[in-house]
Amino acid sequence: MENKNVILDIQDLEVRFEVDGEIIRAVNGVSLTLEKGKTLGLVGETGAGKTTAALAVMRLVPDPPGIIGKGNILLNGKDVMEMSVSNLEKIRGKEVSMIFQDPMTSLNPVFTVGEQIAESLEIHEQLSPADAMIKAKEMLELVGIPGYRASEFPYQFSGGMKQRVVIAIALACNPQLLIADEPTTALDVTIQAQVLALMKALKEKYGTAMIMITHDLGIVAEVCDEVAVMYAGRIIEKGTLDQVFNNTLHPYTEGLFNSLPNIKNRKSELRPIPGLMPDPVNLPPGCAFEPRCAYAREECGLRIPDSRFVSDHIVCCLAYDDPNFHIRRKGGKNVE
Amino acid sequence: MYRYIFNRLLLIIPVIIGVSFLIFAILDQAPGDVVNVITGGGATQEEVEELRAELGLDRPLLVRYAEYMGGLLRGDLGKSYISGRSVFEVYSERLPATLKLAVASILVSIILSIPLGIYAAVHSGKIGDNVSMVAALLGLSMPNFWLGLILIITFSLRLKLFPSGGDHGLISLVLPAITIGTGLTATLTRITRSSMLDVIRQDYLRTARAKGVSERKVINKHALKNALIPIITIIGTQFGNVIGGAVLTETVFAWPGVGRLIIDSIYARDIPMVTGSIILKTITISIVLLGVDLLYAAVDPRVRAQYSKGGS
Amino acid sequence: MSTANTLKPKEQLKISASKRYQKRSQGAEIWRRLKKNKGAMVGLAIVVILALIAIFADVILDYDAEVIKQNIPQRMQLPSREHILGTDEVGRDVFFRLLYGTRFSLSVGIVAVAIALAIGVVLGSIAGYFGGVTEEIIMRATDIFASIPNILMGIVIVAALGASTVNLMIAVGISSVPQFIRVTRAAVLTVRYSDYIEASRAIGLKEARIIFGHIIPNCLSPIIVQTTLRVASAIISASALSFLGLGVPQPSPEWGSMLSSGRQYIRTNSLLTFFPGLAIMITVLALNLLGDGLRDALDPKLRR
Repeated sequence: MENKNVILDIQDLEVRFEVDGEIIRAVNGVSLTLEKGKTLGLVGETGAGKTTAALAVMRLVPDPPGIIGKGNILLNGKDVMEMSVSNLEKIRGKEVSMIFQDPMTSLNPVFTVGEQIAESLEIHEQLSPADAMIKAKEMLELVGIPGYRASEFPYQFSGGMKQRVVIAIALACNPQLLIADEPTTALDVTIQAQVLALMKALKEKYGTAMIMITHDLGIVAEVCDEVAVMYAGRIIEKGTLDQVFNNTLHPYTEGLFNSLPNIKNRKSELRPIPGLMPDPVNLPPGCAFEPRCAYAREECGLRIPDSRFVSDHIVCCLAYDDPNFHIRRKGGKNVE
Repeated sequence: MYRYIFNRLLLIIPVIIGVSFLIFAILDQAPGDVVNVITGGGATQEEVEELRAELGLDRPLLVRYAEYMGGLLRGDLGKSYISGRSVFEVYSERLPATLKLAVASILVSIILSIPLGIYAAVHSGKIGDNVSMVAALLGLSMPNFWLGLILIITFSLRLKLFPSGGDHGLISLVLPAITIGTGLTATLTRITRSSMLDVIRQDYLRTARAKGVSERKVINKHALKNALIPIITIIGTQFGNVIGGAVLTETVFAWPGVGRLIIDSIYARDIPMVTGSIILKTITISIVLLGVDLLYAAVDPRVRAQYSKGGS
Repeated sequence: MSTANTLKPKEQLKISASKRYQKRSQGAEIWRRLKKNKGAMVGLAIVVILALIAIFADVILDYDAEVIKQNIPQRMQLPSREHILGTDEVGRDVFFRLLYGTRFSLSVGIVAVAIALAIGVVLGSIAGYFGGVTEEIIMRATDIFASIPNILMGIVIVAALGASTVNLMIAVGISSVPQFIRVTRAAVLTVRYSDYIEASRAIGLKEARIIFGHIIPNCLSPIIVQTTLRVASAIISASALSFLGLGVPQPSPEWGSMLSSGRQYIRTNSLLTFFPGLAIMITVLALNLLGDGLRDALDPKLRR
C-alpha cells in the first residue's frame, strides 16, 4: 500500500548484537508508520531498544557487533535496507536527520560550529564553502545563536547551546524526518524547556515529521501526536496521544503512569513497578513483562502476545482475550 | 601565546645547569685520565703534571665547574681536551650528519606508520590488525644495533647494494635510516592505532555519519585530526631522541654524527666535549619539544586557548 | 501502611539474572582476561622457560668446561649435531653460551628495574600525593635526568664506575628511574582527585586507609605494566652497553658482548652476530607481548 503521506514505514524490525559469543536481542519485531508532519513519541525505559531501532532507520547501527536480522524500513517509499551505501549517505542528513542525547560529545572538538553545519550543506546542497558558511550562520540565528559565533569551537559553548548547534546541523538541509534521541535528557530543566520549544517551533515551520525518543511522559505530552511504548525490544502499545494517555491499555504503560509522583497528593506513596527489565541476552519465552505484571496469568509466560486492536488502538497483551478485562487505570484514572 | 613560548625557553636554563653539573661531576670521578689518553700512556710523571696544569686539571672540581659555568654564560662551551678545538665548532661539524639521519628516519616511519596504524584501527580485531600489530611488536623488540648488522650483512656484504658505512651521500643513508626507522615505525604505528581506536568510539563520528559524510572522510578527516595529538607527541619525542644520539646506529654504520662523537669523547674522558655536546643536544631537544607543543596548538583549538592564557 | 492500593503481591518476583552477573574475584577475572590473549600467553610461556634456564643454568651446564673454555681448533664451525648453533671465534659452543647468557640478561634486566622501581615509585608517589613544591622539585629533577638519552646516561655511569655486571645493573636502573617516577605520579594524580576518593573521605575513612586501601591498589596496574615493559627495554639497554664494551666483561657470555665480538667476523661468519641478537629479540618480544597483554587485561574500561 503506497500511501504518499507516509514518511516512514517500519515492518517487523529485528536487531541483535553478537558480543563475546552472546546474542543480545535489542529489537524484537518493531512495526510502526509515521505520516508526514506528525510527531511520534517512542517511550520506554533505558535498555528498551528505542535508540537501536532509531539507529536502524538510518543504518547507523555499528556493524560489528550489531546485525539487522530482518525487517523492512521504507523511508519515503525507498527501502533503506536495500540501498547502496552511497545512496544511504545521500539521504542521511538530507531526508532524515538524527540528533543524539549528549550534546557534550556530539560535536567534533577540532572544527568550528560553523564548519560543522556548513559541511552538511556542502555535501547535500552542493554549496560552495563560502555560501555554505553564510547559510550556516543563518541556521545558527534560527536556533537562537548569534551568527558571528560560527567561527567558535564547541568547547566555547554551554550544553544547551551545543544542543542547539546540533539541531541546526540536523535541520540545515530541511529533512522530512527528524529523529531525536532523548535530546533534552542531558540538559537542565529550564534549558530543556527552551530546547523543546525551539524544536516545536522549527517542526511547525518546516513541517518536519519527528520521532521523539524519551522516557519522560511529560515531554511526550508536550510535543507528540502519537505514542508508541517499547518494552524489551517490542512495541507493546501504540496509538494517538489521547488514546494512550486517556485510554491506557497495557499494564506496563499503566505502571509508567503510576510511577509518576502525584503532585496533588504529596502524601501518597510512590508506586514503582517492581523488578527489572529482562536481560536482553536471556529473554523469557512468553511476554517479556509477565514477571512484573500484576495481571499476569499462567499462559502469559508461555507465548508472546501478538499485537491486536482493542477499543481504539493497538496493544500487545493476552489479558484482552477476555473482552471484559480492563486495567485499574481505566480512562486515565484509577478505578477498581 | 608569546609568553608561553618565552616561559618554555626559560625553563631550559635550569635543565642545562642540572645536566651540565651532573655530567661534569660524574665524569670527573671516573677512573682513567684524559691525559693518559692524550699521551698514550708513554709520558713521564713530569710531563703528565705539566699537561694537567695546562688543562687546568689540578684544581678542585668546584672551581673547574664554576669556571665552566662562567664560560657557558658567555656562550663559550670550552675547548676539547683532546684536540684543543672549540667544542661548539666540533659539534656543529658533526651535527648535520645526525640531522640527515634523523630526518630520513622520521620520514620513513611517518610514511609507513600512519597509514598502517589507521588501517589496523579501522580493521580492529581482524587479521590485518593482528598481523600489523605483531609486525610492529617485532620491530620494537629487535635491538637496533643487531638490525643494523643484519642489514649490513644482507644488503651490503652479500648483495652489495649499499655501502656498509660512512656518509657517502644519499645511498649510504638508506640502511641506517631503515635501521632507526624500523623501531620508530613500530612505536608510531601502535600509537596511531590506539589513538585512532580511542577516537573511533567517539560520538561525534556518529554525528558525522548521520550527516551523510562518507566513511572515508569520517576516518581521514573527522577522526584523524582528533587522533593526531598523541601521534604528534610521539613523532616529536622520537625526533628528539634520534637527534639526541643515534649512538648505536652511528657506531654500527661508522656514521660521522654527533652520537659517535659523544661516545668517543666519553672513552677519552674529554669532559668539556662531552658536557658541551650533551648541553647542545639538550637545547636542541628542548626546542624540538617546544615545536611539538606549538604543533598541538595548531591542531587542537582547546590547547591553543590554554596556551594563550599563559598556562603550560 | 495499608496494602489495599498496591498491586497483587507476587510470591516470587522472577528477576532474570544471567551468569554474567555472578561475582568473580578480581585476580581471577584478570587472569581470565589475560588467558584470552594468545600473544600474552605465548609471551608468558617463553618468559617462564627463560627464567627456568637462567635459574638452572649452572645445573645444566658446566661453566668452565662448556661456556668459557676456549677450543681454538674447533673455532668458527657451522651448526652441526655436536654444536647446535656452531662455535664462536675461539671455539666455544654458541648455543651453550646463549643459554648461560640468559642468566645475565634476565638478572640485569630484573635487578635494574627493581632499582628503578624502588626509587621511582617512592618518588613518584610523593610527588603525586603531596604536590606543591615537593612535586615541582622532583619533576624538574626528573626532567633533567630524562633529557639525557638512556644510552648516554648508561654510558656515562658505567664510564664513571667501571665495567662490571653490578655497575651495569646500576647504570641501566638509574636510567630507567624517570619513567617510573612519571608513570607513578600520573597514576597517583588520576586517582587522588577522583570522585570515589572524595566519597571515601565523605564517609569518614581515615587518610591512611584511603592511601593503602584505595589509592595504591588503583595505581598498581600501570606500574605493573610499566615494570614488565621496562624489563624488556632494560635488557636491550644492557646488551647495548655490552655491545659497546661497557658491560659485563669477557669472557662472560652476555648476548650483547657476543654480538660485539661476532661483529669483527661478519664477513666470514655472520651467524655469530645473528644468533645472539635473535636471543635478545625473542626475550624482549616475549616480555613485550606479556606487558601488552597485562595492559589490556588490567584495564577495566577496555571492551573488545
